Amino acid sequence: MSAPKKVFTKGNEAIAMAAINAGCHYYFGYPITPQNEIPEYMAEHLPAVGGEFLQAESEIASINMLIGAAATGVRCMTSSSGPGISLMQEGFSYFAGNELPAVVVNMSRQGPGLGGINATQGDYFQSVKGGGHGDYKLIVLAPHTGQELYDLTIKAFELAEKYRILTLVLGDAILGQIKEPIVPWLPEKTAGDPDRDWLITGAKGRAPRRITSLFLADGEMEKHNWHLQEKYDRLERDDVMVEEVDTEDAKLVVVAFGSVARIVKSAIAQVREAGMKVGLVRPITLFPFPRQTLLTLGGRTKNFLVAEMNTGQMVEDVRLSLPGDCQVEFYGRPGGSVPTPEDLFDVISETYKKL
Amino acid sequence: MKQVFKRPESMTDKPFHFCPGCHHGIVHRLVAEALDHFDVREKTVGVASVGCSVFLYDYFAVDVIEAPHGRAAAVATGTKRVLKDHIVFTYQGDGDLAAIGTAEVIHAANRGDNITVIFVNNGIYGMTGGQMAPTTLLGQRSTTSPYGRDCNRDGYPIKMTEMLAALEGPSLVSRVAVNTPGNVKKARKVIRQAFQMQIEGKGFSFVEVLSTCPTNWGMTPQAANDRIAEEMIPYFPLGTLKQKDVIDVL
Repeated sequence: MSAPKKVFTKGNEAIAMAAINAGCHYYFGYPITPQNEIPEYMAEHLPAVGGEFLQAESEIASINMLIGAAATGVRCMTSSSGPGISLMQEGFSYFAGNELPAVVVNMSRQGPGLGGINATQGDYFQSVKGGGHGDYKLIVLAPHTGQELYDLTIKAFELAEKYRILTLVLGDAILGQIKEPIVPWLPEKTAGDPDRDWLITGAKGRAPRRITSLFLADGEMEKHNWHLQEKYDRLERDDVMVEEVDTEDAKLVVVAFGSVARIVKSAIAQVREAGMKVGLVRPITLFPFPRQTLLTLGGRTKNFLVAEMNTGQMVEDVRLSLPGDCQVEFYGRPGGSVPTPEDLFDVISETYKKL
Repeated sequence: MKQVFKRPESMTDKPFHFCPGCHHGIVHRLVAEALDHFDVREKTVGVASVGCSVFLYDYFAVDVIEAPHGRAAAVATGTKRVLKDHIVFTYQGDGDLAAIGTAEVIHAANRGDNITVIFVNNGIYGMTGGQMAPTTLLGQRSTTSPYGRDCNRDGYPIKMTEMLAALEGPSLVSRVAVNTPGNVKKARKVIRQAFQMQIEGKGFSFVEVLSTCPTNWGMTPQAANDRIAEEMIPYFPLGTLKQKDVIDVL
């Protein structure tokens, strides 16, 4: 086999490329900045693999078309950004109730309202706490490089099928628009098991099937909700992903995800050079959140700093995860601004000096 | 003894939960008869909507997906784009299709998505208890128009069949009723034609069926049935407004 070939590509295109290579041949979407390269790539490349690209009349239609396709068991996806993702929340809730697998990408943009088209992490709560109605969770993956956008998109399809769940890939305008080298690869598995006993394929030689989230009979709704909860518990047990950098000797641990984690990595390299023992915990799965990693780490390191491009969202989950005697500082910048490595160098050094 | 009448294969033997005098049972049967006629039960997917017909999956012996309120046409589009050789139909009421789902049905029709939409119009929200629908007639009382529908406040009853017939996409757009044996026969024929259009790949087919809601109209089944002829049909005239023939397809 020849050496893996690098390609120079935009984050959004890396996602689209990964999806097609993962066997996703059905895409439904509606234009919105800063993710338009995803539908454009799909429109150009899906016909060649016998797939189907459809531009819907709204994000509401996109997510419902995705319900119709996901029910047949094929790999399928949609993508959008903040305002469009808000419109899809009803559909997310139905995906959860109906237990259908699919992938949604949110290349988030600043809000609230129409907001701006630059990067933000203001959609953290909406992503992990459930933006739609009911007691449900999505798997939320938070890549921080072009390569990881590619890798986690493939992982998103696998996890969606493993748990019959909607998987959200949460990026932002920085990650979607940045152009960098990635190494594309082909996964072994490019389709779900065709023998799954819930697929809607027409009742040929078997009893008719139904995909529904309506449970009116006495006790059935509670039973269904406990069943969903058991699934979320399994996810927390088996499929948490987290990256730890230089935490072994760290006196201060920074917690950050996505593009901010990337900027933090540059800042930490600089503070380490200046002799400060600082580490990084980067949650890759925002749900399931790496609670155990933080609990364990909090047993030996007592000082934490959470950095986010919002006014304080993931910091709540960090505080809930750590032992009560840990000190948690927060540095946040709301939609409309992006911290530089120098900003973060200053914040980290100042926090460190106060220890 | 020769059996002369039986339940269609495409129906289950579960008794309907519908109120006495409601037309849903008749419409369910006509759809099932059409599926039997073309022998497509085993490759049909129904898309249920939200309203009295949400329990579609209890009565049809086909695979069924439940759609969020109003979104049945979009869900059906997604399914049909994957299962191109299957028959995909939605079954929606007037609240579901003509209010919250207006955008989805118009765009599915305009794209000519090769699905069949059965639109049951009884001019009221049945399941939620008799609220005003977009198709509620002027002056008609409902729980949210207690003094009667007023065109200045609520607008006029919406004519979906006429609207959809104006689009290029659909292969068949028709309005029928099932209030008399003669109308049932005509409705049977049109519903069959609608599925034939889909089977022949001619694109989106739409049948509006005028229906009663004796419970929420506050009428006996007989009076409700009479109201179809006296009040509904004069405003919502029956007939096929659009049908693609061979020449159209060429």
